[in-house]
Amino acid sequence: MKKVGLSILLVSMLAACASEKPKEAPAAEAQPAAAQAMAVDPLNDPNSILAKRSVYYPFDVSVVQDADKPVVAAHAKYLSEHPDRHVRLEGNCDERGSTEYNIGLGQRRADGVKKMMELNGVQAGQITTVSYGEEKPKISCHEEKCWRENRRTDLDYNAN
Amino acid sequence: MLRLLSLLIMLCVSLPSRAALTIEITGAGEHQIPVSIAPFAGEENLPQSITQVIAADLARTGLFKLVDPAGKTPHEPRDVVYSDWPGVQALAIGNVLQQINGRVVVKFRLLDMVNQNELVGEAVSAPNSQLRAIAHRIADMIYAKLTGDPGVFSTRIAYVNRNGRNYRLVVADSDGYGEQTVLSRNSPILSPAWSPDGSHLAYVSFELGHASVYVQSLLTNQRLLLANFEGSNSAPAWSPDGTQLAVVLTRDGSSQIYLVHPDGTDLHRISFSGAIDTEPCFSPDGQYILYTSDQGGTPQIYRMSVDGGLPERLTFDDGNNFSPRYSPDGRSFVYTHLENGRFYIATQDFATGQAQLLTDGGWEKRPSFAPNGKIILFASEAQGRGILSTVSSDGRVRQKMFPQSGDIREPTWGPFIKQ
Repeated sequence: MKKVGLSILLVSMLAACASEKPKEAPAAEAQPAAAQAMAVDPLNDPNSILAKRSVYYPFDVSVVQDADKPVVAAHAKYLSEHPDRHVRLEGNCDERGSTEYNIGLGQRRADGVKKMMELNGVQAGQITTVSYGEEKPKISCHEEKCWRENRRTDLDYNAN
Repeated sequence: MLRLLSLLIMLCVSLPSRAALTIEITGAGEHQIPVSIAPFAGEENLPQSITQVIAADLARTGLFKLVDPAGKTPHEPRDVVYSDWPGVQALAIGNVLQQINGRVVVKFRLLDMVNQNELVGEAVSAPNSQLRAIAHRIADMIYAKLTGDPGVFSTRIAYVNRNGRNYRLVVADSDGYGEQTVLSRNSPILSPAWSPDGSHLAYVSFELGHASVYVQSLLTNQRLLLANFEGSNSAPAWSPDGTQLAVVLTRDGSSQIYLVHPDGTDLHRISFSGAIDTEPCFSPDGQYILYTSDQGGTPQIYRMSVDGGLPERLTFDDGNNFSPRYSPDGRSFVYTHLENGRFYIATQDFATGQAQLLTDGGWEKRPSFAPNGKIILFASEAQGRGILSTVSSDGRVRQKMFPQSGDIREPTWGPFIKQ
């Protein structure tokens, strides 16, 4: 991913040059190569189950729910087939707890996903976990419609 | 008898004279003591009225009825005509001397208007940049004389002010003045904890991408990364003698409690539940730790010996309980009770096991006792913002303190500072 990101950056830098010198068109050559690299990675297929990057929980629960198990399994399969890839699991909570209890609960959520991935063949070194507790809500309100969005573990492939 | 005592005010910073917090008070003590504060001679030449700060301090407690001196300005006991002050139980009088070395000396006396004698007389001195500190010291002495409990007006509080992505760890006087930013980061800051001598704060910062525990000196601002293991490092609490901290780490699995010296040495685990054990708080005698644990299925309050041993569950009611803190006398603890989507501040007495809800409920979190045990500070919400609130330990008097901007979270009341 780092290399792809770098080549996109190069493309945009070249594109910037190109706009100054419109007769040269190096960007036109580089762009398809970048697009091709993206196309072969199922992680970037919006129709793949891998496009789902969050799993959700009931209140004060840290076990992955049946509905989300296929999502975790699919990411585990992808990671085990791509041992060079790395994911950060970010546990989050709704605000109905103390900030410190929620640090613990968010950590348990992220660690639960990690354990499930390891059982599915992912190497421990491919995964890091972090808990944000209730500090990074997706939506803020004192109602279930917000709380259910905030009780989740996010999978981030772009973290180092 | 006028005992001349020069009190050294330890704060070496010149404090801005604007309040970071706007204060709103409701309720009153059961028996309000009628007190009058006559303007001190010479204070009209100061940039800040001493007696106004004293009166505001006393009024905020709800324990006093401030009687307007109605233009009477006695400065010495011989000026006082006792019959002119009907219904007033105690009268404060005094005068201000500005010295050429930039210091201010305030001599004051508190008179018992019923028995017509002097309750206390002292001289308090400080640099003229610290007039509010002088006033707080005098208010502390008046409070102590009239209630029998030490005053906490000279103590400080710590909290986190969140403004969008920015988090500031702040220390302020207990009335919200003299705000000082200890740390500013564009990542969450949580769980400030005062060292017993008030010289250091331990806290949790996410600046490294995950929760780590730091210890920072308030005198030099020097800080130490105390715990930065894989996973989460959080919930610091100081032992009463300041030689150890309890911290919560997930490096060996779920959140468990560990002890460590303030320099990071001799880290060892003391809880072994495999559940979430967090929010440790030492008993005043240093022998026990109160904490939150979900080892019984839901978060409840437990107590364990610092040396280990079986945890004892202390809360059994419906709903969840969090954030226990010992009272300064060790006889009770305060905590947050969550029931039907509302948070309440509650206390439980160790001897009787009796629990008492002190508030009507809302978004109320992280209570801590003032060092005299008479007031509880906690985070709450009003007008859609995070604010500071206090409630007297008998539940009668409440205060709301609104920040100038942003949300206030994670408050904690600091210790008495030894003079």
